[in-house]
Amino acid sequence: MDLQPDDDQRALRDGFRALLARRFGRDALRAAVSAPGLDRTLWRAVGDAGFFALRVPEARGGLGLGAVEAVLVFEEAGRALLPGPLVATFLAAGEVEGAATGETVVTAVDGTLVPWLDEADVVVGDAAGATPLRSVDPLTPLHRVPGACAREPLASLLLAAEQLGSACGTRDMAVQYAREREQFGQPIGAFQAVKHLCAELLVRTEVARAAVYAAAVTGDPGEVAGAKLLADEAAVRNARDCLQVHGGMGFTWEADVHLHLKRAWVRAGLGTTAARAEEELAAAL
Amino acid sequence: MDLSYTDEEEDFRARLRDWLAEVLPKLPERPDPLDWPGRRAYDSGWQRALYDAGYAHVHWEASPTLRMIFLEESERAGAPYVGANFVGLLHAGPTIAAEGTPEQRARWLQPILRGDEIWCQGFSEPDAGSDLASLRTRARREGDHYVVTGSKVWTSHAEVADWCELLVRTDPEAPRHRGLSWLALPMDAPGITVRPLRTLAGSAEFAEVFLDEVPVPVANRVGAENDGWRVTTVTLSFERGTAFVGEVVGCRRVLGELAREARANGRWDDAVLRRRLGRLSAEFQALWRLTQRNVSEAQRTGGVPGAGGSVFKLRYSHARQELYDAAADVLGDGGLDLGNAWARERLSSLSYTIAAGTSQIQRNIVAERILGLPKGR
Repeated sequence: MDLQPDDDQRALRDGFRALLARRFGRDALRAAVSAPGLDRTLWRAVGDAGFFALRVPEARGGLGLGAVEAVLVFEEAGRALLPGPLVATFLAAGEVEGAATGETVVTAVDGTLVPWLDEADVVVGDAAGATPLRSVDPLTPLHRVPGACAREPLASLLLAAEQLGSACGTRDMAVQYAREREQFGQPIGAFQAVKHLCAELLVRTEVARAAVYAAAVTGDPGEVAGAKLLADEAAVRNARDCLQVHGGMGFTWEADVHLHLKRAWVRAGLGTTAARAEEELAAAL
Repeated sequence: MDLSYTDEEEDFRARLRDWLAEVLPKLPERPDPLDWPGRRAYDSGWQRALYDAGYAHVHWEASPTLRMIFLEESERAGAPYVGANFVGLLHAGPTIAAEGTPEQRARWLQPILRGDEIWCQGFSEPDAGSDLASLRTRARREGDHYVVTGSKVWTSHAEVADWCELLVRTDPEAPRHRGLSWLALPMDAPGITVRPLRTLAGSAEFAEVFLDEVPVPVANRVGAENDGWRVTTVTLSFERGTAFVGEVVGCRRVLGELAREARANGRWDDAVLRRRLGRLSAEFQALWRLTQRNVSEAQRTGGVPGAGGSVFKLRYSHARQELYDAAADVLGDGGLDLGNAWARERLSSLSYTIAAGTSQIQRNIVAERILGLPKGR
């Protein structure tokens, strides 16, 4: 029994983290916000690194890995705020030509929403009658569809992994800011009120991590629903507390906090939502 | 990542499960919580049964994973909790095992394991709770004895204890953390007065202990003189390790019972309440997984559990309170009836964010030791 990544899994995660730091660092993130639209070069680079092909069997050119490895790389994508229909393309890899390599961009109808509809080459599900929303997240264009469509648990697990990564990202941002920013002659992180916000950021992240990793190992639908619920909460609450730690700066467009919060809201609305997860878990009691 | 257990661990689980199934039906009924002598006899009897069956060492010598399996299976089977043996088995025993001399280990460990001697904890004082290092109980050295004067509070099981793990100030001139020593105090020594404290739950769970010129042999000091703070840190880290494993399993069982009760009494139709129970299910499932992660980490590092226990305690103590708040709502009027076990547990749960380090202290630990934030106000 061990809920930590092994050496190979750590190497995979670290490799992908390094790739994202190189290809989608802060400057690239801010450039993407200024000029929204899917960066196909980046998408192919992510595909070249094996991201989308991770679960495709080796015999068919993929990496032949499983849900645990998928969760680890999606966590990194969430931490870096990598934009695009990552989950849909990942799930289509091996079935839709070119999805595994990042040549083809695939999106899917999720509940009543479709992310990145205009940029996608292939849409899974019925997007007839889709109307655009003014998406709260500048890096996730959304359409609303009249019908509703259920998604497989793996989609919720991957969204949960992204939420976990985002929760880690905002935890680190808040802690770094609390160490550096001085008021009343000392770093604000020395004040208990701020310290306790930061402690809760870590607690939420670690509880969500235990839930997400275990759900990846067991694949149990109830456990996946619970993991999504807790990861949604961790991502949203952490972004809000991070914003609070940043004070007035946190409310500006220039700080990255709002990008995490808005993406977290969008992901919480995709896959298994809180209301559905709670009902599902209650029904199983 | 792997959530499976080794063959050895599965064998242990199967043997324990069989044994529990055999002995539990023969167990006498649990005494009233206010009947301290009855509780002592009952808890000691259970500890003796564990000893005779070869399970008494599980908290000390077994791997963290075996310890977790023991607590998990015991709770599932409805076995008695460690009860009055708590301090001896989970605090004093491991501390003496780690820090004591061969003579001290020979004197105290066996009676703890057999349930023959009960220990209580003499750390907190009226003016030294969260700020434990400010304690003032004095131990003056006179030849081969210390003479102890002061008072302790929140001392669980003091009424029936044979021994007290006592933290005293042996050097008033030294910096606060440096002048303390850890003593094994015999509770029948002259000069000790025990006064039970009634908790808000109505039970006499704790006591105040007054010490008036109490002689304690120097040979009863565990660790070096004035090194008591370090010895105590060892003790407390054991407390925050696997101490809550059984409780998480218990909370998950209670949650299932709440759902059954709500379905039976019609409260299940309340979507808000139903969803609260669903959320609690995710919460306790995650806390169980967090436990497994902490235990596997302790197993891998082979060390004493670290600050990760604070993360668990913070979240668990809050979740337990939410569980019994939800229980009160499931019960409706019954939530106000102290004849109901859940109503009593709701009261008891209020101590969880205070005892064994308040949530505020735990947050300081997490922020300073894990996140590296500066110490300050």
